[in-house]
Amino acid sequence: MLIFIGMGLWDEKDISVKGFEYAKKADEVYIEFYTSRMMGTDLERIENLIGRRITVLERSDLEENSKKLIEKAISGDIAVLVPGDPMIATTHSVINLEARLRGVKVKIIHNASIFTAICGLTGLHNYRFGKSVSISYPHGNTVSKSPLNVIQENWSINAHTLLFLDLHPEPMSINEAIEILLQADEENILNGCYSVGVARAGSSNPVIRCDRLENLKKIDFGKPLHILIILSKKIHFTEYDCLKEFAGSPEELRYFVI
Amino acid sequence: MARAKKMADKIISLMYKPDTIRNIGIVAHIDHGKTTLSDNLLAGAGMISEELAGKQLYLDFDSQEQERGITISAANVSMVHDYKDGEYLINLIDTPGHVDFGGDVTRAMRAVDGVVVVIDAVEGVMPQTETVLRQALKEKVKPILFVNKVDRLIKELEVTSEQMQERLLKVITEVNKLIKGMNPEKYKEWKLDVAAGSVAFGSALYNWAVSVPSMKDTGIGFKEVYDYIQEDKSKELAKKSPLYKVILDMVIRHLPSPVQAQEERVGVIWSGDMQSKEGQSMAKCDPNGPVILMITKIVADIHAGEIAVGRLFSGTLKPGTELNIVDRKVRNRIQTTGLFMGPKRIDVPEIPAGNIVALVGLKDAVAGSTCTTLEEFEPFELIVHISEPVVTMAIEAKNPRDLPKLIEVLRAIAKEDPTLQVTLNEETGEHLLSGMGELHLEVKVEKIRRERGLEIVTSPPIVVFRETVTRLSPAVEGKSPNKHNRFYITVEPLEPEVVRLFKQGEVSMRMDKKERRRILQEAGLSKEEAVGIQEYYEGNIFCDVTKGIQYLNETMELILEGFREAMRAGPLAREPVMSLKAKLVDCKLHEDAIHRGPAQVIPAVRSAIFAAILQADATLLEPYQKVFITVPQESLGNVTREIQGRRGQVLEMKQDGDLVTVIAKAPVKEMFGFAGDIRSATAGKAFWSVEHAGFESVPQGVLEEFVMEVRKRKGLKMEIPTPEYFLS
Repeated sequence: MLIFIGMGLWDEKDISVKGFEYAKKADEVYIEFYTSRMMGTDLERIENLIGRRITVLERSDLEENSKKLIEKAISGDIAVLVPGDPMIATTHSVINLEARLRGVKVKIIHNASIFTAICGLTGLHNYRFGKSVSISYPHGNTVSKSPLNVIQENWSINAHTLLFLDLHPEPMSINEAIEILLQADEENILNGCYSVGVARAGSSNPVIRCDRLENLKKIDFGKPLHILIILSKKIHFTEYDCLKEFAGSPEELRYFVI
Repeated sequence: MARAKKMADKIISLMYKPDTIRNIGIVAHIDHGKTTLSDNLLAGAGMISEELAGKQLYLDFDSQEQERGITISAANVSMVHDYKDGEYLINLIDTPGHVDFGGDVTRAMRAVDGVVVVIDAVEGVMPQTETVLRQALKEKVKPILFVNKVDRLIKELEVTSEQMQERLLKVITEVNKLIKGMNPEKYKEWKLDVAAGSVAFGSALYNWAVSVPSMKDTGIGFKEVYDYIQEDKSKELAKKSPLYKVILDMVIRHLPSPVQAQEERVGVIWSGDMQSKEGQSMAKCDPNGPVILMITKIVADIHAGEIAVGRLFSGTLKPGTELNIVDRKVRNRIQTTGLFMGPKRIDVPEIPAGNIVALVGLKDAVAGSTCTTLEEFEPFELIVHISEPVVTMAIEAKNPRDLPKLIEVLRAIAKEDPTLQVTLNEETGEHLLSGMGELHLEVKVEKIRRERGLEIVTSPPIVVFRETVTRLSPAVEGKSPNKHNRFYITVEPLEPEVVRLFKQGEVSMRMDKKERRRILQEAGLSKEEAVGIQEYYEGNIFCDVTKGIQYLNETMELILEGFREAMRAGPLAREPVMSLKAKLVDCKLHEDAIHRGPAQVIPAVRSAIFAAILQADATLLEPYQKVFITVPQESLGNVTREIQGRRGQVLEMKQDGDLVTVIAKAPVKEMFGFAGDIRSATAGKAFWSVEHAGFESVPQGVLEEFVMEVRKRKGLKMEIPTPEYFLS
């Protein structure tokens, strides 16, 4: 059996009791930090908590060599520890499908994801989010237009956009992300839009700030991980109240309340 | 030395007057006498003593050059010549004639505006004459002619005065025919004309020359020449009609100044907007414009380190100037600015546009770099090397402790000579040195031994194969490692005319799209291929024939990186791929950019191309050489035997008196050691030269043997991979 165990947001203590028990019992335990990171802990502390030796999986182990992992799960119980909620990363959903096609049983132990955490941290309504999208580091001179397209699509249905920030080679900061967005924005569609930045979700000292995108660029959010939200053109009045309270949003945001 | 100081002062004052500058090259087939001519020009201009000229081979200043009796790299000198009412500054580049060093000639052409083509009166137009002439005309460099060794006609062939004139005329007609064929538009203006004085005759070794204008001044014509030589009075002839005066007068009269030349040439070597400020500044050779410079050569100097030599097209260079090296995307500061006087470099406080310069401080520049003070600048057209590396040698340090030093030395010599490639075989840890021929590599290896004092061990030379396909493959699906993206690719043989057009620089990816499309369609590409071409790389092209796929444009650079990777080392034996057309016929891309980054796209495209190649009857190509061997009749049998024993083929035989010239073709792989074998087969009586003759398929019967030979050497698995291997 292949067991995907969600590790939650911040440190080793975010694992669920169920996940913890499965990990303790499994024949082999693996962990990956490719799709996300656990900034509040490290491998040693996780190993100490579970009381097992844990092998770190690289990108190639999850992608071109995923067969090896699945083959091991034919005869034994293989636990794969994944930061956040395991199936949010499409990398794992591909392995899930491959394993099932080969007749291998898959078990998923869910956990909190940044997807759910942002509703709590910002007060934005879960059902008012549209498609999410990643901001990747540019390669050469090419800056991807896909974040801008997704933001526009979401605006057309008056929805917020959650932007995941690249992790490789280094976790991207909100400041860098905004820089890249503005670089891609040749038509200046982001001019004057409101955004929310969230740093270190799940930790005891998260930072949440709401402001115009160009102002947010100047704020120091501190250590990673960071995430960015572009607000819809109109917001619900309770969202407004929450942002004012939780994220220090500016007065003029009230003009955008429905 | 007071005289040297005076000369330097003259050069410095003349470099500010572009009308009085001539940047010229001397080109020829090997042994036709370029270097001897250069030396005597220098002597005449008072740069070296007259006694030594012709014996000293002053421009062959590398000790190996003097021992081997050939010029190996292009050397630079500046000299002063009095003509009519004034003084002129002549910047001269001497270039090698051996086919293995053709890269130096190509690069030198970028720096000069005119060339003196030297031809041996007895041998006439030879293969390398044709090659260098073609290179000159392609760069819009104007040719004039010096027919050398005229004395040999009289002394050795014992021709009559009439026969002599006839033979000389034949040489000129032949060269004119070549010019007409290579550049019909310029022919009218550039046609060689004895009466107009763009041809001179003489002997570089005995230091005399004549031309129609000189005859008018000196009264020495063909009849007088014939008589003087008959009577063994060359010395007197040299006094009455000295070589340097006739040749340099001809240079000044017929070759353009930088101001005249740049107006026309800049449009040929630069694809930017000629009406822009920088375009106009180059066309006018404006010393007050922005600095725009092209590096044509890197020279290693024990004292100064690396010296970048190049042609300054616009602006004025001073020490301390910071230059943007456009192709490297870095900035370097110039430490010193100088000119060449033979092997010596003299520092000058500044150098204005139109000159050939020697700079210290441009540590990141390579031969071919574009340097400027501007932030944004369209780089110069790449210098096209007509031939490509065909021979490789493994090289290692005798003492493993010297490995870091060896790596440093290899990097340095590769920078000096762009036709040389240094690669590291990851599997075996060997360093591989690839070049234009056996001699080319021998010379470089010797250089490492002597100049850098490194003890090294080398393998025997190995030929570099190319991989290619012989038919169309099916569309192959390549998946990215994360399985979120799919690329559908076909490969097929590329039309030879398309390869030729790109290699000769007649078509480039930077030219006007519409024009490119028209030429490529005429060359045999379909309309959708000609519209969709994305990249030309080392004799291969990549076309996108898909329609309306979102985000394809922002993924294309990664797709092309995958293509280039596949072309650098193919699936059969990891040898470079050649003459291949890869087409993207469809693809599915993940919407999110993070799922289609380099780690995903590059391997997917590379694997799809490999699997497609293996389904398109892949084969190896091997380089061939044309061999020209002149021997006495009685050795003919031994020569043809030598050729046939090397999978060679005799193409033609020409008889001239007692001598026979055999023209043959043979694979480079079999030509190793030919120098020694032909010497013993003919008791040292053979004169021979070679020319590159392109690539041909290896015989089907030995394909697998050759593939395995390479795989074994590279430490690869001893089997040809299957398409499935790349598609798992």
